[in-house]
Amino acid sequence: MNNGVIYAILYILLAPLIGGLLEGIDRKISARMQRRVGPPLLQPFYDVIKLFNKETISVDSAQTFLLLTYFVLMVVTGVMFFSGSDILMCFFVLSTAATFLYFAGVITSSPYSSIGAQRELIQMMAYEPAVLLTCVGFYLAAGSFNVREIAGTDISYILFLPGFFIAFVFILTIKMRKSPFDTSTPHHMHQELVKGITTEMGSKNLALFQITEWYENVFLMGVICLFIVNSSWISLIVSVIVFLIVYFVEILIDNTNARMKWADMLTITWIVTFFSAGVNLVVLMVIR
Amino acid sequence: MANITRSPWLLHYDGSSCNGCDIEVLACLTPVYDAERLGVMNTGDPMQADIFLITGGINEQNRPTVKQLYDQMPSPKVVVAVGVCACTGGIFKECYNILGGADTTIPVDIYVPGCAARPEAIIDGIVKAVALFQKRSDDYKAKVKEKKKAGK
Repeated sequence: MNNGVIYAILYILLAPLIGGLLEGIDRKISARMQRRVGPPLLQPFYDVIKLFNKETISVDSAQTFLLLTYFVLMVVTGVMFFSGSDILMCFFVLSTAATFLYFAGVITSSPYSSIGAQRELIQMMAYEPAVLLTCVGFYLAAGSFNVREIAGTDISYILFLPGFFIAFVFILTIKMRKSPFDTSTPHHMHQELVKGITTEMGSKNLALFQITEWYENVFLMGVICLFIVNSSWISLIVSVIVFLIVYFVEILIDNTNARMKWADMLTITWIVTFFSAGVNLVVLMVIR
Repeated sequence: MANITRSPWLLHYDGSSCNGCDIEVLACLTPVYDAERLGVMNTGDPMQADIFLITGGINEQNRPTVKQLYDQMPSPKVVVAVGVCACTGGIFKECYNILGGADTTIPVDIYVPGCAARPEAIIDGIVKAVALFQKRSDDYKAKVKEKKKAGK
């Protein structure tokens, strides 16, 4: 029981550091892929420190509250996951968090921010089936939604759930706001909606958004690791290697694809979800 | 005082420029010059920007826009006028519609001359702007502290 509490506390303390470092590595690798030198590894931290040192201008004072709720719910999601509770519940809390981000976007009534927020909802529509199917897949394979029980067995469930893994990595591109699916807000540089959902977020609000993203990324990487982890300690090392590979693939996709229209994103995501996770689901139900 | 010189985010606005300076500004971000190694990002969003990069002269049409963009930026902020048009009005100075350089509307801190301004000159201007940005930030922090003390 104590183990879960320790993991949860470690998540709260280390997730922003790991998330920030991952983004730093992301920016460095992206730069190298474009034959640039790129910013220093700690650049994301410099950015956030600077944002905290700027004057706060907010269009609507409720925005800070909504973003704080988004932040708290995201931390709660990760804490629930790493303390080993229900994975389905984790994703429900995650969806609630994303809804608060939507409200933080539309409350400013800025057209850029509003359209970005609506695209955020469409993105949720695109990735939600794959996320729920992943939970169902874990249940079918392990007989439990409980993260501790899924991670505590003798086999890695990726053997049963390769299709779910592919679907989940696919929607990870949306969740991590990577091109070609970065319709609501770009990960870097500007787009046709200026900054999309974050257009009206300045200084401290943007810093809060940034830190929440780091928490989210670490949580998502945790889910990737859950596919691999079993009771032996070697699987932990393997899972870290797998998640680094997945992260690299995401960066590669980000740098080699142009942004898509939302309708194409929805179709492609649902097709991939249906054919990889859906087929895997049918096979799993026949076997079990 | 926090070191914030490592993360200057730019807002680039094209006044009535001929686009020569704008291409050079974008050239700073390409692999050859790679301004991102200094932490520079081209945000396009005034609420997130620290340094206002303005090219081209000011005319009646873009004057309110420039003023609004400047007002939307949270302090501390620095304004850099890139190219001779943004500095003084340049060859368009005598035109009936041109009011002059960017300093006719907003307070300009750094002037980067040239027609078009070279990427090296622009990066040099940004580096100078970053030093000023740190100074402004320290002043701003001190001011906020004073206000808090007075409030108590």
